[in-house]
Amino acid sequence: MRNEFKLTVAQTLAPAGAHGGRPPAGRRRKRLRSRLEPLAYLSPTLAVMGVLMAVPIAMVIGFSFLSNVVMEKNPVFVGFSNYIKLFSDAVFWESAWNTLQFTVACVAFHLLLGLAFAQMLNNRLIPKLMTAVFRVIYILPWVFTAAIVVILWRVIMNPNGVANFILESLSLIQSKVEWFSDKDIALGSLTFINIWAGYPFFMISLLAGLQGISPDLYEAASIDGAGPVKRFLHITIPQLRPIIVSMAMLDFIWNVQQFALVFMITGGGPVHATETLGTYTYKLAFGKYEFSMAATSGVVLFLLSMAVAFFYVRSQKARD
Amino acid sequence: MKPRRRLRIFSTAGLVVGLIAGAVFAGAPALWMLSNSFKPNTDIFQYPPRLISHFTIDAYASIISNPEKVRFFVNSYVVSSAVVVLTLVAGIMAGYAFSRFDFPLKKALNSVIISVQAVPPITLLIPYFSLIVALGIFNTYFALIFTYMVITVPYAILMMTGYFNTIPRELDEAIKIDGGGSFRALWQVLVPVAGPGIVSVGTYTFMVAWNEFLFALTLTEDREMRTVPVGIQLLMGQHSYEWNEMMAMSVLGCLPILILFLIFQRQFIGGMTEGSVKN
Repeated sequence: MRNEFKLTVAQTLAPAGAHGGRPPAGRRRKRLRSRLEPLAYLSPTLAVMGVLMAVPIAMVIGFSFLSNVVMEKNPVFVGFSNYIKLFSDAVFWESAWNTLQFTVACVAFHLLLGLAFAQMLNNRLIPKLMTAVFRVIYILPWVFTAAIVVILWRVIMNPNGVANFILESLSLIQSKVEWFSDKDIALGSLTFINIWAGYPFFMISLLAGLQGISPDLYEAASIDGAGPVKRFLHITIPQLRPIIVSMAMLDFIWNVQQFALVFMITGGGPVHATETLGTYTYKLAFGKYEFSMAATSGVVLFLLSMAVAFFYVRSQKARD
Repeated sequence: MKPRRRLRIFSTAGLVVGLIAGAVFAGAPALWMLSNSFKPNTDIFQYPPRLISHFTIDAYASIISNPEKVRFFVNSYVVSSAVVVLTLVAGIMAGYAFSRFDFPLKKALNSVIISVQAVPPITLLIPYFSLIVALGIFNTYFALIFTYMVITVPYAILMMTGYFNTIPRELDEAIKIDGGGSFRALWQVLVPVAGPGIVSVGTYTFMVAWNEFLFALTLTEDREMRTVPVGIQLLMGQHSYEWNEMMAMSVLGCLPILILFLIFQRQFIGGMTEGSVKN
């Protein structure tokens, strides 16, 4: 990349007459125009992304090195002390640990469910129309915004709700479970809901991947005597691997940042049992008005996401 | 032949059982939401629960007759439509630049556009809080429209670049030979040919904008500026829980997305997978 950049710069700086004779003014103007043209097409994007992406990132990094911004009139430079304070806060580590458990479980189950459902939908045993109906039902959870997902499950998992009723009728539980206010199971409940809400994105991509695998591969394997399990392990999985890897990275990034769902169901509680980096950061800013600490936590989350994004970009480049 | 046929019947039966179990997992909660939206509030937690009891449309009536709640929907439509139009304009133009021109730092810029999609909204929110106030657009539609574009434009660019790359260059070169500029080539050739891609990007953009919660929660303040997701959350925060109304509002809130999705399913799924699978 670096070399290419040098090359283009060299081209730009090369005297126009290098190819023999000065080109007429008209052609030069045309060349200048064609150089500015892509910039013109990019300008709306550069304007929006500059003001609302580059500037805020610079600001948030700056905030993290200042004493309490927004609240103080003249915040002063404090070096790394916000970072030291953040890393010595037990609640930060609790949130980080919750976030990690939540994210790993969600990515794993999104993949498992997505793969299982995609496999079932990619069949030639039942009529196409029936498969299409099932596909719409399976995508349904993904259509709901977080607020709707929250309401839906707060009704179902209310202590007096239908989830407890069904489990009680099956004698799986003796007393009503407090899904969101019992500190030992609240995080599990949230994870379950997020698994439900997020698997369709995996499923759709994997379904497209499955449909792209050539039937010849399976046929050849069958002739060689490979059973369904072997075919799955030695053809399906390797063929889907690039999709699985990039989806898992994307999903990891999204779930680490998950905010709305946790915020609206438990608000991070009981105590900090379901506190995630998202709610922790939000509360620092809009609960305690410690904007510099929130910025510091935000920068940590940002660096974490960018680290995964780096590998994501690299894996995408490798495939092109 | 015979054992093979039996195997086929067995696997079909197993498949159907699996598909139905999956459909219950995926669809039952939504069905429960729909059924609860047609119940009186007192019946939501009745024992034993029933799918249909005292059928009533009271919940819907009270939402539609409440101007404050109707306003949530109006706000969501205004913001989402504006985001779709502006995102498409920016995305088509930038996608064109990436697909048809060479310019310095092109590859680096492409990597930047892929990776900014991973920037956590919560990280941006903290500077936004002062930046949006400084720009004088706090608590306005513009605050939401512009910040949503930060989320939607990178995806739109990547998708549009991909679509334009599949269109042969000869098509737009022909226009240029006829003396047309690059803008005419874009407008008259590439945009019409990339129609399905544009529909897919537009649908996805609408969905993201319609569903966004965090920025809508923090960058607006007055009740009459709230969007549907925040409106639903406000209902949850009231002293007396009107569960049936929340359910009805959720049904109404997901309807536009559901309808868009059902109409454009094919383009949408095709576009989405291409977007996530190929850069």
